[in-house]
Amino acid sequence: MRGRMTMETIKLTIDNKQIEVEKGTTILSAARRMGIDIPTLCHMKLEDLNIENKPGGCRICVVEVQGRRNLSPACITKCDEGAVVRTHTPRVMNARRTVMEFILSDHPKDCLICPKSGNCDLQDMAIRLGIREIPGQEIAEMSTYRKDTSPSIIRDPDKCIMCRRCEMMCNEVQTVGALSAVNRGFMAVVAPAFEQNLEYSPCTYCGQCVAVCPTGALTEVDHTGDVLRAIADPSKTVVVQTAPAVRAALGEEFGMKPGTLVTGKLVSALKELGFDYVFDTDFAADLTIMEEGTELLTRLGKFLNGDRDANIPILTSCCPGWVNFFEHNFPDLKDVPSTAKSPQQMFGAIAKSYFAEKINVSRKDMVVVSIMPCLAKKYESQRPEFSVDGNPDVDFSISTRELAHFIRQANIDFNNLPDADFDRPLGESTGAGVIFGNTGGVIEAAVRTAYELFTGKKLSRLDFDELRGMEGVRQATIDFDGFPLNIGIAHGLGNARKLLDEVRAGRSKFHAIEVMACPGGCIGGGGQPLHHGDSSILKARARAIYEEDKNKPIRVSHENPYIIQLYKEFLGEPNAEKAHHLLHTYYFDKKAKIIVKQ
Amino acid sequence: MSSIKIELRKEDVDKINEICDSFDNEPLELINILHKTQEHFGYLPAEIQEATASKLNIPVAQVYGVVTFYSFFTMTPRGRHPISICMGTACYVRGAEKVLDEFKKELAIQVGQTTADGKFSLSSLRCVGACGLAPVVLIGEKTYGRVAPDDVQDILKEYQ
Repeated sequence: MRGRMTMETIKLTIDNKQIEVEKGTTILSAARRMGIDIPTLCHMKLEDLNIENKPGGCRICVVEVQGRRNLSPACITKCDEGAVVRTHTPRVMNARRTVMEFILSDHPKDCLICPKSGNCDLQDMAIRLGIREIPGQEIAEMSTYRKDTSPSIIRDPDKCIMCRRCEMMCNEVQTVGALSAVNRGFMAVVAPAFEQNLEYSPCTYCGQCVAVCPTGALTEVDHTGDVLRAIADPSKTVVVQTAPAVRAALGEEFGMKPGTLVTGKLVSALKELGFDYVFDTDFAADLTIMEEGTELLTRLGKFLNGDRDANIPILTSCCPGWVNFFEHNFPDLKDVPSTAKSPQQMFGAIAKSYFAEKINVSRKDMVVVSIMPCLAKKYESQRPEFSVDGNPDVDFSISTRELAHFIRQANIDFNNLPDADFDRPLGESTGAGVIFGNTGGVIEAAVRTAYELFTGKKLSRLDFDELRGMEGVRQATIDFDGFPLNIGIAHGLGNARKLLDEVRAGRSKFHAIEVMACPGGCIGGGGQPLHHGDSSILKARARAIYEEDKNKPIRVSHENPYIIQLYKEFLGEPNAEKAHHLLHTYYFDKKAKIIVKQ
Repeated sequence: MSSIKIELRKEDVDKINEICDSFDNEPLELINILHKTQEHFGYLPAEIQEATASKLNIPVAQVYGVVTFYSFFTMTPRGRHPISICMGTACYVRGAEKVLDEFKKELAIQVGQTTADGKFSLSSLRCVGACGLAPVVLIGEKTYGRVAPDDVQDILKEYQ
């Protein structure tokens, strides 16, 4: 059919104002378009990312539709032609309050000491509705569940309000399937199978459940106390590294506009906190590109020579949530991802060898802390293969949110801090290292270096717009001087699964695939300031990352002078023996096994 | 973390696979598959849920969610004569709770438990659609209507 389909529209009245909307629009989204902010609790929509949770379960969003006997939940009720909707009649307000009172009657009242306090959707709703008492509270029964602590995430099901956002993230978006609504009625809760600990589930610790939880039911394991003690210990040299995505989001915790870059203030704050050396994970990202880029070119060379076992496409391995995901779901493909460690772990390995030697500090007297937008990094740092004689390469990984708490506790006026520079040598990075924080960034950084190494020519442009964007699965072909390099990109593990299914079936046309577990990449990580369902925040952070890249004097990893120096003084060549020993890893089969008894 | 290992006998795995195959391994048929599986095994322990999830290629958390949602499904073996007492509104107001208490006393077990000899198990359910016979008790396939606490001993004698 030629021409544009004309969209069928509907006219209706909400709170005495007329509006015309496309057929199929919900009352909630029509009202929001008019600036009428109907309160919601379970509903959550991330525009552009195709993520929406609307179980219609909590009934906070009920409205009165003229002619209907019952109140209607605005989040799942579609607009009807000529409908007259009212969002704040006494009946609606009463119902809303009653719903809230019921939810609160079975919710712990220990807000003062809850890790989510001050950042909790449920608390905000109680404030907004002005709840002052909960009728019948003295006789109300409270459901009680066991708390579950994993290396990254704490589940406190007593605080679960069954909004099921986490379940939607875990199952529909990430296709991890660790969490499900279980039991019924009063005992209903979201939990792993057999109500076991997350540790015994296929959880990847991506933290997207934590990122969307409206209450304190899902929170991160807090390591700030450990970091504080390490800093206070005079026998320890404490080295900190900060991931690229942190600088694009930390400002939000201090009231700054989303997308405000706070790199200089971040460095100042870390120095104020008392870290001995403030370094940049971006340096290790440049190092990752040297190793992963070299691996890509080696495998590609074999592949072009007709070697069918060359393991093409190569998959990126920077994202620990993604690594956990393929270990659980695609163990048969565990030779396909790059063996390069993630930047966090490369940093740890180099800090506790090269740098420790340089400053003459023994490994056991050095503490490496990482500031990450991520919760899976906590688990990653605790993997036994990333330690030497029980001493981990990265001692503690704390999230952007934890760092913000830490800064506040230390009485630091973050907004008025001067800018400071990272220390040398592990603080120098290129624009390629910075863009690791965005979906598409790792592969763009790899392309910048691989192109120049493969073709021997200088790139005429460094911005690969074809690799950028928020589309869940993207593909692009980059002309490597006559050789078309096919690149696939997925963010969100459900999207990664689609690309992996193709690889498994032998149908993938890609030479290299980048995967990041979180929607948007690390900028949307499970450890970032909460977005409360506003996806424009993620886009603002992504823009900030590209801006930082643009402003860097050097934008390709292999030109980082400190990287060149590191290879010259210490590592030798990329992928050579020493580099391989320190900077590469191996993967495990973690799929649940059915063993047949004979 | 090491990978989870589930041990099952070969004939049990074969049976689970056979049931799943008979529904074309369609995840949307999960409830029907679990019905058949429980009919065969008598109950749905964790191992069987894991094997079913693995065959259907769905998360085991989802299977567990369904098993714990429907009171029909059970993770503990039922007795040879499963007793269900209707606690729906009509039965409840006509004294079902007293009948249930009597069963508990006579059998010395709680709801959800099975007698040591494996003969009886006790469960409650919500409305069997026979409100005119309230209070209703089901033992296996047999229905007892207008049950009074005094009837309980006689009913149990039928299964001696």
